[in-house]
Amino acid sequence: MTALVIRGGHLIDPAAGVDGLKDLLLKDGRVAEIASPGKLKQANGAAGAEVLDATGLTIAPGLVDIHVHLREPGQGYKETIATGTASAAAGGFTSVAAMPNTRPVNDSPEITRWMQAPERAAAIRVFPIAAATRGSKGEAINDYAALKSAGAVAVTDDGYPILKDNIMRETLAAAARVGLSVIQHAEDTRLTQGASMNAGPTAFRLGLRGMTGEAESGIVERDIRLVTELRDARIHLHVAHTSTAAALAAVRQARRSGLRVTCEVAPHHFLLTEEHVGQYNTNAKMNPPLRSSADRDAMIEAILDGVVDAIATDHAPHAIHEKEVEFENAPNGITGLETALGLSIRWLHKEWKLPLGRVLSLLSAQPAALLNLKGRGTLTVGSFADVVVFDPKAEWIYIARETKSKSRNTPFDGWTMQGKVRWTISEGRIAYANT
Amino acid sequence: MNPTATAARRAIHPPRAPDSPFPYNPGSLLSASDLGLDEISHILARATALENQDPLTRDRILAKRRVALLFYESSTRTRTSFELAAKALGADTTLVSSLSSSIEKGETLKDTGLTLRALGAEAIILRHNSSGAPWLLEAETRLPVLNAGDGMHEHPTQALLDLRTLLAHLDPATKTCIPERTKKPVILSGAHFSEVEGPASPTSAQHTIHQVTAETLAGVTLTIVGDILHSRVARSNMLLLPRLGARVLLCGPKELLPELAAHAGPGIEIERNFEAALRQSQAVMMLRIQAERLAGLQLDLEEYKATYQLTGQRLATQAPNAIVMHPGPIIRGLEVTAGVADGPQSVILEQVCNGVAIRMAVLERALPATHAQGGRA
Repeated sequence: MTALVIRGGHLIDPAAGVDGLKDLLLKDGRVAEIASPGKLKQANGAAGAEVLDATGLTIAPGLVDIHVHLREPGQGYKETIATGTASAAAGGFTSVAAMPNTRPVNDSPEITRWMQAPERAAAIRVFPIAAATRGSKGEAINDYAALKSAGAVAVTDDGYPILKDNIMRETLAAAARVGLSVIQHAEDTRLTQGASMNAGPTAFRLGLRGMTGEAESGIVERDIRLVTELRDARIHLHVAHTSTAAALAAVRQARRSGLRVTCEVAPHHFLLTEEHVGQYNTNAKMNPPLRSSADRDAMIEAILDGVVDAIATDHAPHAIHEKEVEFENAPNGITGLETALGLSIRWLHKEWKLPLGRVLSLLSAQPAALLNLKGRGTLTVGSFADVVVFDPKAEWIYIARETKSKSRNTPFDGWTMQGKVRWTISEGRIAYANT
Repeated sequence: MNPTATAARRAIHPPRAPDSPFPYNPGSLLSASDLGLDEISHILARATALENQDPLTRDRILAKRRVALLFYESSTRTRTSFELAAKALGADTTLVSSLSSSIEKGETLKDTGLTLRALGAEAIILRHNSSGAPWLLEAETRLPVLNAGDGMHEHPTQALLDLRTLLAHLDPATKTCIPERTKKPVILSGAHFSEVEGPASPTSAQHTIHQVTAETLAGVTLTIVGDILHSRVARSNMLLLPRLGARVLLCGPKELLPELAAHAGPGIEIERNFEAALRQSQAVMMLRIQAERLAGLQLDLEEYKATYQLTGQRLATQAPNAIVMHPGPIIRGLEVTAGVADGPQSVILEQVCNGVAIRMAVLERALPATHAQGGRA
């Protein structure tokens, strides 16, 4: 395997506490050496290696997105594993965790393995998240040990929350026994029938049925109660795409009580509000929906003060024709892999002064740790050679039609981003280059 | 971390929601809030002028221009009055309804709209069961789209005809309504013209206000009663009338009237006590309970009637001088008694009649004379 040298860049590796000018040698898919500029030992194999000149650029651990929908198997017209991971690589991601709401639902070791097979032609590493229950119907839990050995990194019924207390209790206990996290899409679907945006004055004005914040926070509170009752320190409950102040408050409280309850926030939930639905923009329709400005502010607050464990995109591609319909009939979801870094730097770092290292940690080290992705999210010798090299100062305009994804359903078309990815390297291989 | 510092930091520049690109076509009427006071005045004036114009010259205004009526929901008043209005101006109309078209086969709104445009439709009148559908249709076709009711959202021409009805009964001096004023025959053919054009009588429409301002309805209270949650008529009126100074009271049970309705715009208040609302009102607009949109909501109709039905007794004791409006269809014996519907304070059929005049004006606005048609107009 060829070696790769990244020279002259500024390495930020929050997990390792590194923030300075470093040269990197990548070999055999791993980080072989990290040295001060010009100090790589030639004997290690740097001689003859391909050299990337990263002068003026930032080098960071490849980004990790623990919440994406790659649509395969079954919905290749929206996205394939190949196109979804190409889009991820363009956004600086080197690891994505793929949700199981495929057709059929990924509730088996066979599908879990199929998703990771070389034939899928993934540009970066795909970690399947398996369904918590058979067919994600919330009735019978799957064989988590078998799913884990097939490569699943967590279980969830994303999109189809587990409503029954006894099933959720069983899921938490069984997943804990095999060391898997349980991810919950917190939505009491009994309260959100026919709803297509956040409940509130905007929904009333637009004549749309609304999803209340309680439909989210109620499930988060119920889940935390179950974790409390189970008294098993191995349990890890992760709340997907947190969107309400009340749900965050519940997570904050659970953490104070010493429970292993974590959460992620999507860029659209810390940037946009229900106002962005505008006149029925179906590219502003997702689940959970865009919330009030108070909720949006609570997301920013919680990111800044450290309650939020990760930024995750909930990348949810849909074909153009599926979104060119009446708002109520449009499917939920937006793409997000190519805009997460640019939006996070532009807003969290530049506007709201979160140190760049913490922004990067929320996009790599912390999500990797949540799902126990060993050797990812950091760049120490021996870890995977998953690297993103980007220009942290470069401002650019995101053009949705130029996406690598099969779909372009984003509310961020035409938005200004900061931080332009130059190279994305997945296990020592250049997965994306923009030079 | 210091929370105040955090708050101060993020207050600088949160991402702003983009400005609405709608309407794409200046002839469209999507929302009551799209119309400025000048445009409202213009539509009111043209409605009266067109109503009074000789049918033999009026039908040259939109001679042979193609107007499509695209109806995804059943309708009597709106559909017929739009059609009569278009025909009165000389336009060719065609009706496409969801039950007898390729919509049944799964054709989308976008494709249906593009098909109508390809067939030569120059404007589309859309009634749809989904809120927001007219915005989609306008964005895809860029034709003038007239919103004839979208889901639970808006029904702007209804608000305009309600305004016309209200103004016809308004005494500008006392800001009271006079129920028996301007009871005019329902004019659907030219036969009645000479009667209306005859010598001005003190009760004729000539006293009707056409030039509206932000003060025109100052001091006037209109109460909308019943199923506000599911009502596009209520929403359009709530957006339109307060801009002319009216106070809009909303009245109904919590299930049909959520508290946040009061935040839909300025000049809107909630008064759940029907009698108290009636006592303050110069006009009361009763709404039908929309059984088709209740979505599983359980409602005790007997209790509803006991609390919110407009009976002769309630009207006589609480609002003997108010006009009674209803956008239709009426369910006699539910929201209003037959006696009230047919009674002297009812202006329900006048509303229907005003629909034709308003829709003529709105269609004329939608299809300004093009160069090609210039010679014919």
